[in-house]
Amino acid sequence: MNYFELYDLAPGFELDLADLSARYQRLQQLTHPDKFATASDAQKRVAMQKNAQINDAFQVLKSPLLRAEHMLMLRGIELRHDQTTMQDGGFLMQQMEWREQLDDIRASRDSHALELLQDEVTAELKRRHQLLAEFLHDNTQDSNQRAGAEIAKLKFLVKLNTQLDDLYDQFSEDL
Amino acid sequence: MAFLQIAEPGQSAVPHQRKLAVGIDLGTTNSLVATVRSGQADTLADAKGFHLLPSVVHYSDERVEVGRLAREQASMDPANTISSVKRLMGRSVSDIKSRYPDLPYRFCTSSETMPGIITPAGKVNPIQVSAEILKALKLRAEMTLGDELTGVVVTVPAYFDDAQRQATKDAIRIAGLKLLRLLNEPTAAAIAYGLDSGEEGIIAVYDLGGGTFDISVLRLSKGVFEVMATGGDTALGGDDFDQRIANWFISEQNLPTGLSASERRRLLDAAKAAKEALSSQTETNLQLTLDDGTTYSGELTALQFNDLIGDLIKQTLKTCRRALKDAGIDKEDISNVVMVGGSTRTLAVREQVGTFFAKTPLTSIDPDKVVAIGAALQADILVGNKPESDMLLLDVLPLSLGLETMGGLVEKIIPRNTTIPVARAQEFTTFKDGQTAMMVHVLQGERELVQDCRSLARFNLTDIPPMVAGAAHIRVTFQVDADGLLSVTAMEKSTGVQASIEVKPAYGLSDDEVTRMLQSSIQHAKDDMHARMLREQQVEADRVRESLQAALNADGDALLDSDERLAIEAAIDAMMQTAAGDDPGAIEKAIEQVDAISQAFAQRRMDRSIRQALAGHTVDEL
Repeated sequence: MNYFELYDLAPGFELDLADLSARYQRLQQLTHPDKFATASDAQKRVAMQKNAQINDAFQVLKSPLLRAEHMLMLRGIELRHDQTTMQDGGFLMQQMEWREQLDDIRASRDSHALELLQDEVTAELKRRHQLLAEFLHDNTQDSNQRAGAEIAKLKFLVKLNTQLDDLYDQFSEDL
Repeated sequence: MAFLQIAEPGQSAVPHQRKLAVGIDLGTTNSLVATVRSGQADTLADAKGFHLLPSVVHYSDERVEVGRLAREQASMDPANTISSVKRLMGRSVSDIKSRYPDLPYRFCTSSETMPGIITPAGKVNPIQVSAEILKALKLRAEMTLGDELTGVVVTVPAYFDDAQRQATKDAIRIAGLKLLRLLNEPTAAAIAYGLDSGEEGIIAVYDLGGGTFDISVLRLSKGVFEVMATGGDTALGGDDFDQRIANWFISEQNLPTGLSASERRRLLDAAKAAKEALSSQTETNLQLTLDDGTTYSGELTALQFNDLIGDLIKQTLKTCRRALKDAGIDKEDISNVVMVGGSTRTLAVREQVGTFFAKTPLTSIDPDKVVAIGAALQADILVGNKPESDMLLLDVLPLSLGLETMGGLVEKIIPRNTTIPVARAQEFTTFKDGQTAMMVHVLQGERELVQDCRSLARFNLTDIPPMVAGAAHIRVTFQVDADGLLSVTAMEKSTGVQASIEVKPAYGLSDDEVTRMLQSSIQHAKDDMHARMLREQQVEADRVRESLQAALNADGDALLDSDERLAIEAAIDAMMQTAAGDDPGAIEKAIEQVDAISQAFAQRRMDRSIRQALAGHTVDEL
C-alpha cells in the first residue's frame, strides 16, 4: 500500500503537515464507519477497511521517521531492525558519552547541564534529519542505503531526546 | 386520499423521513433513554413520570421485573435481585468472586467460562440481565415515540476493555436493538455540552455517581476525541455522603445503638433528603422516628455538611491529580470541566472541583441525564436525521492489544490511543517441521506480563500446510472497529491458504449463543419468533435495496459496465422476490448474495469519492 498515493501526495520527505491534516479530515468525512451507520454491510465493510488504511497512513506520513521508512519500503529497500549493526564507531562513542552525561545529570540534578545537553542533542537531531532528507532526495542505490542507516541513528537520538524531556519534566515538577 | 411525494432528480426516491433513534446510558445504578425531538434532546420518562430506571432486575418463577419494582425486592429476595450487573460484564466467575466476594447471588460452579446466576427463572448470565434493562428502556422508548426504533447508541465507560464492550454489544443484540455505536460515557457528556463544535482543547469529565467515581481527560483536536487518561474509585460516591450524615445524626442525637434495619433505612433516606436539600439551601432539618415512636430532630447546616464530606471530595481530587499526571498535562491546560452524575449536585463538590481546576465547571445540564443526552445527539446524527451535520467523532483504542510471546511476555500489536478503526498485521512462523497448528493468545492491557493483562481470547490456527520449520508465514490481521471491538483473521502467505481460526471465548458468547438467547428472550410462541425474524429480514432487504438503488442511480453509469450492472440488479430482484416469501433464512442468504456482488461497486465508489475529494472537486462545490 502506497500511503502517498492514498492521500494523493507526491512521494517526498518534505511534507506540509497542515495540508496533510486537511486531507486526513476530508478522508475521515468520506470513510468513517459512522457515515455508513445505516448503509449495507458491503458498504460498511469497505468503509471500515478504507478508514483503517487512512488512519494507518496518517500515523506514518505525519512522523518523519516512519515516513522515511515508508519511502524506502516503496523503493524496495528493507530495513533490518533486528540486526542494526552500527558501522559508525564515532556515532556509537558519541551515544555512550551522552548516556553517561544523562546518568550524571540524573544524579546531580543539574538542570543547567540538562539544558545544555538538550540543546546539543536537538542540534544533532536537526543535522541528521537534514542528512536524511538529502539522501532520500538523491534516491540512488547508495544514498538509499545511507538513508536507512540514518534512520537507525535517528531512532537512537529520538529515544535519548525523550528521556531528556522526561527528566526535564521531572525537574520542573519537583520545583 | 394520499399525496404523492415526488423526489427531485438525483435525489433518493425515498421521501425524507425522520428515523427514530435513541441514546441509552446503561449505568451501574440507574439507566436512562433519551432522544432528539424537534431539535431538542431529552430523556424519556416512564408512565409514572420517572426518568431514571434503577439498573436492577428481579427474577421469580412467574416474571422478570426491572427497575423500581425490582429494587423493592432487593432486601426481601437478595439472591434473585441482581443489581449493579454492569460490574460483572465481561468478567469470569473467578474474577467476579475475587473482586466482589460478598455478592448474595448463587453462581454456577461448574465452569470457568460465562458466569451463570441461578434464579427461579433459570440460569441467567450478566449479558441477559443487562438485556432485560435494555428491553425495558426499549419498550419505554417505543411506547413514548409510537414506533419501532431504527437504532441506538449505548454508552460504556472509557476504560471498558474488549470483553466488556463485547458483552455490552451482545446484550444490545439480545434486547432486539440495532446498535449504531458504542460511545464512551465522558465523550457523550462532552457532546451534550456541544464541546465537539469547539476548535481544540482538553476537557476533564468529573463523574461522581452513587457508588463510583470516574475522571476522564479528553483531548479534542480537529474533530478527534482522544481519551488521554482515565482514573477512578469504584467504591466512592454520593452514598458515602448519606452515610456520613447518618453517622453524624447518630452521634449528635445520641441515638441508641443497634438500630433496626428499617430504622437504618429511614435514617439513610432522611440523610439523602437532607443532602439534596443542602444543594439549594444553607440549612435543613432532619427527623427520625424510631420504631417505638420516639422522634429525634436536628438541624444540619451546609457548612457542617461540607466538613463531614470534605475528605471524600479531597480523595476524588487526588485521583484527578493522578489522571492529569498520567495524561502528561497541567491543570491550566484544561479548557472545560464537565460534571456528570447525581452527586455533583452537591455544592461543595462543585466548588472544590472549580477551585481545583480554577474553572467554573459546566453544570447547566442535569448531571444524571447528560450522558444519555449526548448519546441521543450522536444517535440522531448516525441514523441520518441531520444529513448536513459534519460532526465526526473519532475514537481511540482505550487499552493496548498484544500477543503472548515466549516467557509469558506481552508484545504490543496495537498501542493504546491509536485512532480506530485500525488494522494491523503480524507475521508468525512455525518452529517445527510439518507443524500444522499454532496457538495465539490475545491480551489487552498496558503491563508487560501476561498475568497482568486481560486475556481476551486464545485462537488456534489450524490447517497450516505442512512445511519445514520457519517456512510457513502466517499473517494474522487484527482489526478493531469503530466500537473498539476486535476481530482476527489469519492466512498462510506462501500458499494463500486461509488458516481457520477457532475462537475460545474466555467469558464471551459465540454468535450462536447470542442468537439462541435472542430467541429465548422472546417469550411468545414460535410463530411470533418466526414473524419477528421474517420482519427483521424484510426490513433489512428493503434497506439494502434502497441504499443500493440510490448508489446505482448516482454512480451506476459511471462505475459499472452493463454486465456488472445487470448482475447487481438481478441480485436485487432475486432478493426482493425472496423477501416477498416467508423464509427469513433464505432472505438473509439473498442479502448476503447482494452484498457480495456489490462489494466491488462499493469499493469503486469509495475510491472515486476519495479521488474527487482530494482533487478538490467535492460534490458540494459543484
